[in-house]
Amino acid sequence: MVSIENLHKKFNKNVVLNGVDLNIKEGGIFAILGPNGSGKTTLIKSILGMVIPNKGTINVLGKNIKNSSSYRHKIDYLPQIANFPSNLKVKELIKMIKDLRGHTNEDQRLIERFTLEPFLDKKLGNLSGGTKQKVNLVLTFMFDSPLIILDEPTTGLDPISLIRLKALIQTEKTKGKTILITSHIMSFVEEVSDEIVFLLEGQIYFKGSISELKNKTNQPDFEHAIASILIENHA
Amino acid sequence: MLKILRYSFFDLMRSRWSYVYFAFYLLLGIVLLFLNNDLSKAVITLMNVIIVLVPLIGTIFGVMYYYNSKEFTELLLAQPLKRSSIFLGQYLGVAISLSMSLIFGLGIPFIAYGLFKSNAIWDFSLLLITGTFLTLIFTALAFNIALTNENKIKGFGYAILLWLFLAIIYDGLFLMSLVLFEDYPLDKLSLVGTMLNPIDLSRTLILLKLDISALLGYTGAVFKKFFGTNFGLIISFIMLSIWVVLPVLRIVIKSKKKDF
Repeated sequence: MVSIENLHKKFNKNVVLNGVDLNIKEGGIFAILGPNGSGKTTLIKSILGMVIPNKGTINVLGKNIKNSSSYRHKIDYLPQIANFPSNLKVKELIKMIKDLRGHTNEDQRLIERFTLEPFLDKKLGNLSGGTKQKVNLVLTFMFDSPLIILDEPTTGLDPISLIRLKALIQTEKTKGKTILITSHIMSFVEEVSDEIVFLLEGQIYFKGSISELKNKTNQPDFEHAIASILIENHA
Repeated sequence: MLKILRYSFFDLMRSRWSYVYFAFYLLLGIVLLFLNNDLSKAVITLMNVIIVLVPLIGTIFGVMYYYNSKEFTELLLAQPLKRSSIFLGQYLGVAISLSMSLIFGLGIPFIAYGLFKSNAIWDFSLLLITGTFLTLIFTALAFNIALTNENKIKGFGYAILLWLFLAIIYDGLFLMSLVLFEDYPLDKLSLVGTMLNPIDLSRTLILLKLDISALLGYTGAVFKKFFGTNFGLIISFIMLSIWVVLPVLRIVIKSKKKDF
């Protein structure tokens, strides 16, 4: 699905990714974890082509993504901070994205799922953080792409929306899709993900299932396992 | 690209600033015609305003639009769209909406005054064409500045400096060099110097078309000999086009390498 070879990226002198090799097979939920500034978002943005790597190759669905844009038809991306043009209405934004990416009918169902109907005629600048995140989720999930990338999907969501989001992620998984998630909420990660990828200082520190991680670190629960990695490495 | 152009264009058309800009030109046109009672004279006064104001508005608007639509751009970047079409679409959206404000704002009062029956129509068209060129040039330069500078304040600073340099400082330096080297033949040099600055080039082009070059003395004669001919006119337009193409090319190249 996604294969990354020897990926390097630095911003000015700050080395963010330092030789990342990663293979993500088709189907399943993968969590990308790591302390703040470990390069999670940079890694995701490199896959999306928003960040141009200094070195290394990225293949999505078997094709090198360099200088290509059409492969993004196969990716649904949920950005970390829902920054939308503030003078657009919710309705207009959804229409615009549909116009740019192609037709879909999923949006209606998703709007209902996240009870967004009362906000459709409101301007995005006037929405609360949580409601913006819901709009963000609608925009992400309304297309039926084989790869879904979620950057901090739980930000600002109330408990009921969180439950709906988890259900949504599971339905997408049963369709055989590949889902990449970054999150700082460990309980959320533990609940949804099949496999985790742990980034540390710009490299892959660990890749495998949660139980493998617990064994490796000799910790009874997931949160402590992650914490013990961080303590060991003084991160 | 056309879709992005359309969104940027309508986004701007809905914003207050396009109307203010349009209303300003409308008012300017009406007042000038009312005061001068003469189309040709109004064209000369307009030229002085346009030559300075159009580049200023183009730069400021271009920089402002880029920084304000950052979120929109980031949203678009994650979509299956080429980077060049995102940025060219936005650039053309800004440049075209500014040009429309200029053309309609000035065109309406002049047409109402009887432009089509007068012989100032060519002078007036030339004024609008150079105005449009200046908008295209300075919006492109502004996008270049904004793409290179993440910091808004720096971006605005450089944009103002660029305008100040091309609109005012360049002329000063040019004049000083002419005074310093007055013992040498400077016809060619001053021609080249004029060509290299789009604002000077537009000004000279309009002035010479208006047949007031006699006021410029010997230099005026040399300039008239060059710019007055079809050859000069074509060269001038080629230069203006180069001034558009080069910054636009840089937008494409720069945007391909940028991280978001």
